[in-house]
Amino acid sequence: MRIKLRIWRQAGPDAPGAMQTYQLDNVSEKMSFLEMLDMLNEQLTAQDIEPVAFDHDCREGICGMCGVVIDGSAHGRYNSAVPTTTCQLHMRSFADGAVIDVEPWRAGAFPVIKDLVVDRKAFDRVIQAGGYISVNTGSAPDAHATPAPKRQSEKAFDNATCIGCGACVAACPNGSGMLFTSAKITHLAMLPQGQPERALRVKAMVAAHDAAGFGGCTNIGECASVCPKQIPLASIGQLNRDLIASLFKGDGK
Amino acid sequence: MSATETRDAASSYFTVGAEIHDSKAPAGPIERKWQTRQFEAKLVNPANRRKLTVIMVGTGLAGGAAAATLGEAGYNVLNFCYQDSPRRAHSIAAQGGINAAKNYRNDNDSVQRLFYDTVKGGDYRARETNVYRLAEVSANIIDQCVAQGVPFAREYGGLLDTRSFGGVQVQRTFYARGQTGQQLLIGAYQALERQVKAGTVQMHTRHEMVELIVVDGRARGIVTRDMVTGAVEPWFGDAVVLATGGYGNVFFLSTNAMGCNVTANWRAHRKGAYFGNPCYTQIHPTCIPVHGDTQSKLTLMSESLRNDGRIWVPKQAEDCDKDPRQIPEQDRDYYLERIYPAFGNLVPRDIASRQAKNVCDEGRGVGPAVAEVDHDGNPRHVRRGVYLDFSDAIGRLGRDAVAARYGNLFDMYAQITGENPYETPMRIYPAVHYAMGGLWVDYDLMSSIPGLYVTGEANFSDHGANRLGASALMQGLSDGYFVLPNTINDYLASGPFPAIDPSHPEAAEAVESAQARIDRLLSVKGSRSVDSFHKELGTIMWEYCGMERNERGLMTAIEKIRDLRQQFWNDVKVTGRSQDLNQALERAGRLADFMELAELMCVDALHRRESCGGHFRSESQTEDGEALRHDDEFAYVAAWEYTGEGAKPILHREPLVYEFIELKQRSYK
Amino acid sequence: MAITGLILIAFLVMHMFGNLKMFIGAEAYNHYAEWLKGALESGGILEPLLPHGWFIWIFRAFMLACLILHIYCAAKVWAASLRGRGSRYVSVTRREQTVSARLMRWGGIALALLLIFHILMFTTKTIRPGFEASDDPYSMFVGAFGNWWVLAAYIVFMLVVCLHVRHGFWSAFTTLGGNVSPQARTILNALAYFVAALIFVGFMLPPVAVFLNLGVN
Repeated sequence: MRIKLRIWRQAGPDAPGAMQTYQLDNVSEKMSFLEMLDMLNEQLTAQDIEPVAFDHDCREGICGMCGVVIDGSAHGRYNSAVPTTTCQLHMRSFADGAVIDVEPWRAGAFPVIKDLVVDRKAFDRVIQAGGYISVNTGSAPDAHATPAPKRQSEKAFDNATCIGCGACVAACPNGSGMLFTSAKITHLAMLPQGQPERALRVKAMVAAHDAAGFGGCTNIGECASVCPKQIPLASIGQLNRDLIASLFKGDGK
Repeated sequence: MSATETRDAASSYFTVGAEIHDSKAPAGPIERKWQTRQFEAKLVNPANRRKLTVIMVGTGLAGGAAAATLGEAGYNVLNFCYQDSPRRAHSIAAQGGINAAKNYRNDNDSVQRLFYDTVKGGDYRARETNVYRLAEVSANIIDQCVAQGVPFAREYGGLLDTRSFGGVQVQRTFYARGQTGQQLLIGAYQALERQVKAGTVQMHTRHEMVELIVVDGRARGIVTRDMVTGAVEPWFGDAVVLATGGYGNVFFLSTNAMGCNVTANWRAHRKGAYFGNPCYTQIHPTCIPVHGDTQSKLTLMSESLRNDGRIWVPKQAEDCDKDPRQIPEQDRDYYLERIYPAFGNLVPRDIASRQAKNVCDEGRGVGPAVAEVDHDGNPRHVRRGVYLDFSDAIGRLGRDAVAARYGNLFDMYAQITGENPYETPMRIYPAVHYAMGGLWVDYDLMSSIPGLYVTGEANFSDHGANRLGASALMQGLSDGYFVLPNTINDYLASGPFPAIDPSHPEAAEAVESAQARIDRLLSVKGSRSVDSFHKELGTIMWEYCGMERNERGLMTAIEKIRDLRQQFWNDVKVTGRSQDLNQALERAGRLADFMELAELMCVDALHRRESCGGHFRSESQTEDGEALRHDDEFAYVAAWEYTGEGAKPILHREPLVYEFIELKQRSYK
Repeated sequence: MAITGLILIAFLVMHMFGNLKMFIGAEAYNHYAEWLKGALESGGILEPLLPHGWFIWIFRAFMLACLILHIYCAAKVWAASLRGRGSRYVSVTRREQTVSARLMRWGGIALALLLIFHILMFTTKTIRPGFEASDDPYSMFVGAFGNWWVLAAYIVFMLVVCLHVRHGFWSAFTTLGGNVSPQARTILNALAYFVAALIFVGFMLPPVAVFLNLGVN
């Protein structure tokens, strides 16, 4: 395959960025998208051009480190037949001769560090606000002390599969991090162990979400449609329900 | 070549030092040792803990869990990781599950049995005391994780489900679909973020440790490179913990994350920490094969696939290009079923892996041919893949039943290869997966440098020569939640140690040498990219120090590695600047350390003239071609001491004394 | 925002029913209008609970308050979005966004302007196409929609209203925690389409009938 890449290059957080065009030949359709970028970087290195910086780590779709917007769609979801992370997108999803646009996540809460690398610390701050169950090591009762109904437990699991990649924010026209936040809320709200802090958690996490610079949710659904782990929009509904319920509880403010 | 000559050949690569003995495990019956140690360990008054700083490198199961727990205890923790968030550590990729001796199934499981299985699985090369403790605390791990909200699989009664895993006969593996590692890590991550909020843990992401600071014989700090700004800076504390994972990426292609590296461990090794059993690496048999020269990593598929899939290759090499569905039954070689009629496709990982290599070496592999070097160092192209065929299972159980069991794995395979495994057989090939070797530690998990602790995959301790399935997560969390937080206090009780600042000569030297190394990498300005060197190193290691090793090959490898290292320092091309986000520079630094580790791995493999666990020496096999241990000569941990660049390492043997378990040869025929 | 939005939708539905009274005849229609204003001989809505003519002003104040709150919330969300989404993409492909969701903000502004026009015409009678200030409500109605351009403007107005209601209805219930399963998502979206269509048809029937001279005496 021969492809033409138009990639966002930006030297630093405050530097201006622009799309740069690169031609890449001998691309194999068996390569993953990131392996194609590796190949481009080898080519750029040979030409004494600084390689394109991009985040990646496990390359098996679970760590959440990778993520770029491809042809206007987070993780190249537009090009892929199935939900995917960028590392699991393969070049067979593109036609020979394709022109492919590659951009970083763009969101107020995710400033660009360099090229395609963005800073996602805002997600950690949302978790810090209450995305946990307060249990010190050693103080746990026996695992079977509290049964958890299977159906709720499965729902908790569906939400716990979130990898924190940030595609939801990147795809959202509002730059909202609600799908990420709601996945954690729903995960913990569906388990008996999560009940004591439930009201406090939702208030604190939504406040932290807004403070982190994310936009508000207007229920469009772009987030869920690009989510590699298929966190449903219904999780945001659950967050809203918990948030309203929490207004009638004394916990938090 | 006679035995004596062989010994001489190996021994010219190292010298032998004093034996070492673990001094921390107390005497007495094995089931009392951990309690006794906890009782005898010195304590730190809660009010004094905040005056003590612990530096924690890594945020995976072993690091994240320990950082959170030490934070909860009230210590001041500085935590570092190279990723953008602690939640991305590679523990996240573990699929299968986590073992625990809960005996919820009422199937004769116990601490004793988990202990026994782990020692046996490790081919009798693990330290009994550590393994017993691991089995002992395993049950607490499950309790802790459930309380944190880890959504383990449950039954309709609301209680936890377990399954049998990795060839053991009890159902002690707790799991969370195929994403157990992810769920456990998120649990630890949440606990960690809670402590960040509480102010006890200071998190430094995108910071890579590039040097260890040792002052007056104690580990007192580290030097990091800020991967965004390029700043090289020192951090100080009263103890340092490395929870930095395994070094499988020395093979370039492995199931490890791209960023996994040995730098932190190697820097500590150079400063005096012994490296234990570096040659023990685990090769996992069911990975998706290499597709070509641009492959960057390998993806593992759960070995549960071998329960229903049948492994075969064509009998004739001429058939290898054919559509597998067109190859008639009589022309297929179900080689595992043929060689091991009792266990068939379910033989242990190392055997399944080695036999796949053998049939491919015979030219009967399938799939694309990939570039490699042969044993004489000549380049060649070989098909590296064997079929894993579900057509029988689909015929017997129906497509739906197969989809219910393996659907997610089939989808993953289809997404990566573009082939439909319901229609054509999958292709699989072994890949490097886990490093049993690591920095040597005592019962307290302290390395040979006082104040330097090593936890999780980064240490050598619990798996011997081979790790059982679902035991890596158990060890990481055991070290992180329960062991380290109960042993490090014994050392910290002597602190706080005298304050040091960046102007201290040892600290200044560490920063300068780290910066000098970075500057040197940038100043070579050669012609070859970092990855091209890494791929070459990987090819050497895979051929000579992979699934099957022998003396001639290992000696060849050592020469080749030395040559390559020299070429690297003369001809590597690292673009960009030091004061910037520079991924080529990051990789170059890691590769430089891998090159040194690679040689030590080969020396270790060369000196261990026996086959055990993941280490198979072709000179040491039974008449049937099975691994043959030599307990009389090699029942010890090889702990290597660094003596300088180009100088021979010193071998310290730690004899493995089996008081509670009897040593046996395993057989799967 | 969700609550005020739903109140406004409820008002629209009520308003629509009122308009449909036109088909019963001029007398019924005018009577209804007078009743609302409390301008009947016998009093009007909620009389004698409220003094003569108070209801309509309380009601207007309440609706205005809802509207202002709604706009205020919208402005806040819009500002958060501008901040939240950061720099713009060079290329964008949307997979889920509906036209109605896309047009919420600019559509909302258009809606506000058209609403002002609507009030200037039928409430304050400042703009009087085809009717006199002294005309009764029914005559006003018939007079105005005899003009093709008033009808055309009204169609646009209603389209914008219904698009806004389409996304707004679904979105409001989601914000209030109604969407917690895939089924709920399907049902809420179907309801949103139904309500939007109902409002469009209900509001368009009388003016079209007037314009085409059908069933109007």
